[in-house]
Amino acid sequence: MTASVIASEPPRSPFALTDDQRALKETAGEFAAERIAPEAVRWDRDKHFPVDVLAEAGRLGMGGIYVDEQYGGTGLSRFDAALVFEELATGCPTIAAYISIHNMVAWMIDAFGDQRQREQWLPELCAMRSLGSYCLTEPEAGSDAAALRTRAVLDGDEYVVNGVKQFISGSGYSDVYVVMVRTGESGSGGISTLVIDGRSEGISFGPEESKMGWNAQPTRQVVFSDVRVPVRNRLGEEGIGFRIAMSGLDGGRLNIGACSLGGARAALERSLTYVGQRSAFGSRLGDFQALRFKLADMATELEAARTLLWRAAAALDAKDPEATRLCAMAKRLATDSGFNVANEALQLYGGYGYLSEYGMEKIVRDLRVHQILEGTNEIMRLIISRGLLESNQ
Amino acid sequence: MNIVVLVKQVPDTWSERKLSDSDHTLDRASADAVLDEINERAVEEALLAKEAHGGEVTALCMGPERATEAIRKALSMGADKAVHLSDEALHGTDAVGTAKALAKVVGTLESVDMIIAGNESTDGRSGAVPAMLAELLGWPQLTYARSLSLDGSTVTIERETDAGVTSVRAELPAVVSVTEKINEPRYPSFKGIMAAKKKPVSTLTLADAGIDAGEVGLSGALTQMVSSAPAPPKEAGQQVTDEGDGGTRIVEFLSGKNLV
Ligand SMILES: Cc1cc2nc3c(=O)[nH]c(=O)nc-3n(C[C@H](O)[C@H](O)[C@H](O)COP(=O)(O)OP(=O)(O)OC[C@H]3O[C@@H](n4cnc5c(N)ncnc54)[C@H](O)[C@@H]3O)c2cc1C
Repeated sequence: MTASVIASEPPRSPFALTDDQRALKETAGEFAAERIAPEAVRWDRDKHFPVDVLAEAGRLGMGGIYVDEQYGGTGLSRFDAALVFEELATGCPTIAAYISIHNMVAWMIDAFGDQRQREQWLPELCAMRSLGSYCLTEPEAGSDAAALRTRAVLDGDEYVVNGVKQFISGSGYSDVYVVMVRTGESGSGGISTLVIDGRSEGISFGPEESKMGWNAQPTRQVVFSDVRVPVRNRLGEEGIGFRIAMSGLDGGRLNIGACSLGGARAALERSLTYVGQRSAFGSRLGDFQALRFKLADMATELEAARTLLWRAAAALDAKDPEATRLCAMAKRLATDSGFNVANEALQLYGGYGYLSEYGMEKIVRDLRVHQILEGTNEIMRLIISRGLLESNQ
Repeated sequence: MNIVVLVKQVPDTWSERKLSDSDHTLDRASADAVLDEINERAVEEALLAKEAHGGEVTALCMGPERATEAIRKALSMGADKAVHLSDEALHGTDAVGTAKALAKVVGTLESVDMIIAGNESTDGRSGAVPAMLAELLGWPQLTYARSLSLDGSTVTIERETDAGVTSVRAELPAVVSVTEKINEPRYPSFKGIMAAKKKPVSTLTLADAGIDAGEVGLSGALTQMVSSAPAPPKEAGQQVTDEGDGGTRIVEFLSGKNLV
């Protein structure tokens, strides 16, 4: 007689979340549902940047999600962060996205700063008692960021900074500005990164831009006129600033993709409820097969994008050499799918989708910019194709 | 100030809750299980007391293996350690049996100054366990607290019931039960979540806690559930369109029900 088959546990799915991850996701989801979602439409309408809610998020550990615990961070992985940002964005993509930018700033200081710099800025940033802004784009240098012209000229043990940064999220409110400046020759090799205090003399801010979406966070120019910045505020060596800026963006792209997933998921969930309640031609909307198929496609697109995003996040955590390319792919897919799904969800709401009151058009407006910033989706294709062609040689 | 908080895992009030056909006990597998909301407030109150007066917070839970999730939630909010009384033989224990079992477990713990519980659970809603536990321990009971303050060796609460609000004080050790008005529970911080799994949880069987199996479980229960039926589905209400006679029609409706 042969032995009977022993009942065994099914193999663990590589996509299964741990207890910790489920708890993190649940907390971020509850925070989004209770502290963010109920106010999101009002904040958008009033162009209100809720710094008090950000401080509360900071107390929970959302200000330095993947920053070293020694400096007040939470020490989690990029994968964990992707879960958190998707949940936060179900409450409001704009707030979630600002928290992402803030985290990118904190991480750059953690990753490239020395001990003194980390001690100086990170505890306050991690608690979100001070806020951070990432300053790369200029009026004449967007996609081609390496063409930036903001100059930092050495004068004794200080740099004198002159120039204009464009489209800076959080500016005016932020305390800590991580600024890419030109210290050397033209091109990417002549760029350095300075951490500049928002109260420095000579720093000023343009008016708040009037925007299609992302109204719950300010976007302004930052103008530097003879701003004196101590040399000890430079992150790393001179000339590595472009590398610092780009490595910050790998994680930033994952987060912004996750924000699109969260916003779109919220829109999809609402439309599911809506088609169950609304009737036309004597049937529930949800009984029309055309709409059921549409919903099936929306759910599929989101799941596909999420799966790629998780894969890219795991690659970044594992320092996989493919990580940059995967992050670009994930950002492209998640932000395109996220926008499309939200837009379809609005369509399912009919005319009500177009009214502000229902919150659907706000999600669409918010998600639109995710296809543009942190590198446009054309630039994502540039990065992906570059890798493809190189690896084929 | 060493505080024990009683925590219970209950089916999420948002999910559909069912009783099992065979013994009319709660079908715990059919619904999402969460830490009872009122217990989150009890944990919060214990943490506030600890933050003000020092000491330790111990979460005490009686429940099936799966209740570890509720325990984790209490630990991630900031409780220091937990005791989990878990034994197959506890299935079907009634309120008296629960109080007896909990009293035994409290007896195994060192220097407890105060026990905080929710005034009732969202599933069973007997609302009796905290008082029974106090009785069994011979401690004063301060129930239905909407606020709590500690002063050296005494605890004072504002007790709120349908009859009004009274201020009640007792010497420690005491049992306090809190209502949902007492506070807004904190979110567990990310660090708290990560720290929770490293905190000590001691799991006790009936034998470990010295509990007589005859006093608990379905067979030991002093009360017995004889039958149960699902709540009848809600019927659509009657809609009245106001055509100038709205007031009259409301009065007609109310007097038809002998309400006016
Ligand atoms: C609301 C908002 C917030 C922002 N926040 C920040 C911030 O906090 N910090 C910061 O530094 N920046 C920020 N940005 C800037 C953002 O990153 C840039 O807008 C973006 O990188 C594009 O640059 P650009 O606007 O100059 O467009 P351009 O670079 O001028 O591009 C115009 C168009 O040409 C396409 N294009 C450009 N080059 C190529 C190419 N080689 N191949 C194919 N297509 C190409 C682009 O994809 C785009 O469609 C923000 C922008 C917005 C709108």
